[in-house]
Amino acid sequence: MRAWASAAEIAETVAAGKTTALEVAQAALRRITERDKTLNAFTAVTRERALAKARAIDADRAAGRPLGPLAGVPFAVKNLFDVTGLATLAGSKINRDRPPAGTDATLIQRLEAAGAVLVGALNMGEYAYDFTGENVHDGPSRNPHDPSRMTGGSSGGTGGAVAGGLVPIALGSDTNGSIRVPSSFCGLFGLKPTYGRLSRARTFPFVASFDHLGPLARTTGDLALAYDAMQGHDPDDPVCAARPIEPAVPLVTQGAGGLRIAVAGGYFKRGASPEALTAVARVAKALDATREIEIPEAARARAAAFVITTAEGAALHLDRLRTRARDFEPTIRDRLISGALVPGSLVIRAQKFRRWYREQVLKLFEDVDAILAPATPFPAPKIGQQTMMLDGQEVPLRPNIGIFTQPISFVGLPVVAVPVPLEPLPIGVQIIAAPWREDIALRIAYTLEACKAAAAPQPAD
Amino acid sequence: MTHAEPNVHELPGETLDALIDAGAAALGLPVEADWKPAIKANLAVTLRLANMVAEFALPDEAEPAPTFEA
Repeated sequence: MRAWASAAEIAETVAAGKTTALEVAQAALRRITERDKTLNAFTAVTRERALAKARAIDADRAAGRPLGPLAGVPFAVKNLFDVTGLATLAGSKINRDRPPAGTDATLIQRLEAAGAVLVGALNMGEYAYDFTGENVHDGPSRNPHDPSRMTGGSSGGTGGAVAGGLVPIALGSDTNGSIRVPSSFCGLFGLKPTYGRLSRARTFPFVASFDHLGPLARTTGDLALAYDAMQGHDPDDPVCAARPIEPAVPLVTQGAGGLRIAVAGGYFKRGASPEALTAVARVAKALDATREIEIPEAARARAAAFVITTAEGAALHLDRLRTRARDFEPTIRDRLISGALVPGSLVIRAQKFRRWYREQVLKLFEDVDAILAPATPFPAPKIGQQTMMLDGQEVPLRPNIGIFTQPISFVGLPVVAVPVPLEPLPIGVQIIAAPWREDIALRIAYTLEACKAAAAPQPAD
Repeated sequence: MTHAEPNVHELPGETLDALIDAGAAALGLPVEADWKPAIKANLAVTLRLANMVAEFALPDEAEPAPTFEA
């Protein structure tokens, strides 16, 4: 099996008996051993568990029992997911003192129920308060397209593991952009579903108002396979919606014909590099999308997301800030302490604004089915880079990475980030749909992939 | 509904220093002297953004986004 094989190809090959799940798992483990010295994507490799699961799948096939749609597909998860037997690090030093998790996160259980094989846990920015993929405790995850560059965060190891061909599918979390940013910097397809669509049970939180989980992959088809396997209500997550499973796999190949697609103007063009604008233009041209619309008050939406994030993050970590402040990554500690000092009245005002903004955004979807916007203002910067030139001005790098993702996750809209294979580095475009219409964003992503306007470029080893 | 442009005003440095000292004391947060410049810079940005949001006029009846079901 090629390292770049898709999950769909792996599952088909295993089901047909052309290879075994054990051979696939062993190949993935070998590749992790070889490539992760450079990429630093993994913080734990669950070797024995993976081999046992793979053998169980092969036994099922030998016995004629039905195999799941992800039979034998290796996957890995950001290390904020509970993995039985591992402490859930969430990128931190402090969480190393937690007892090992006793039960897997719901989404791991669901992927394994579909036949997927967990091979490990992935590096991430501390407590997910990060857009870079850097981590002082575990070292930075590195971009497979250029290891001197950032993966993007906070699901940095997730991006590196999939773009490096270590696994075809990996799970990340996205509070303000942490699936879409690594998708953009690493050249991957990433799905941030509607807020409340996928269960967050048994994952370490960051900002309850905005936390989402979702997959990254190298094809739209693989995103849809993983997404469908993970759907469904879960009483263990109070935010998880009581909606029926709405399978996307049968819909993704329907094409984008008849869909009304517009490009986000105004805010989403200011502060974008030439590469980001080129990528959006290329996607718009492929879709024949000529209309431009303005998402009202997007700058204020981003500001409100920033305020709620820092305040809720601080509330989450308040006790640890009191007792173990020195054990945090310093830049994150300083942001969280600042967040603890924001007056509550201003936080509630941000939540009031959020409802107003949601209503305005939902009105836009009466006239359009999807909106295109850059995923990041620029392609992957160098690891450690502190500033960036935008519009001829030097601006601080980190807070600007999420300017185009924050106003969207702020109101929980589903997004597929698609990679546009520019040279020398790829960059992502967001396909934004109305709540609960992941299928529309996935159909558009599939269409772009079919006409090669979007593709996950394979890096040289 | 008014759409006032954000009135971006920076708080004086001493106001931020006082907020950090009083807030940290009230919350029982240990703040070491060499952490203060970064905390202050973060707080200045956060309060500027928070005020930009708060200046957006909404009716008293506007409901905050999170909902609770009894």
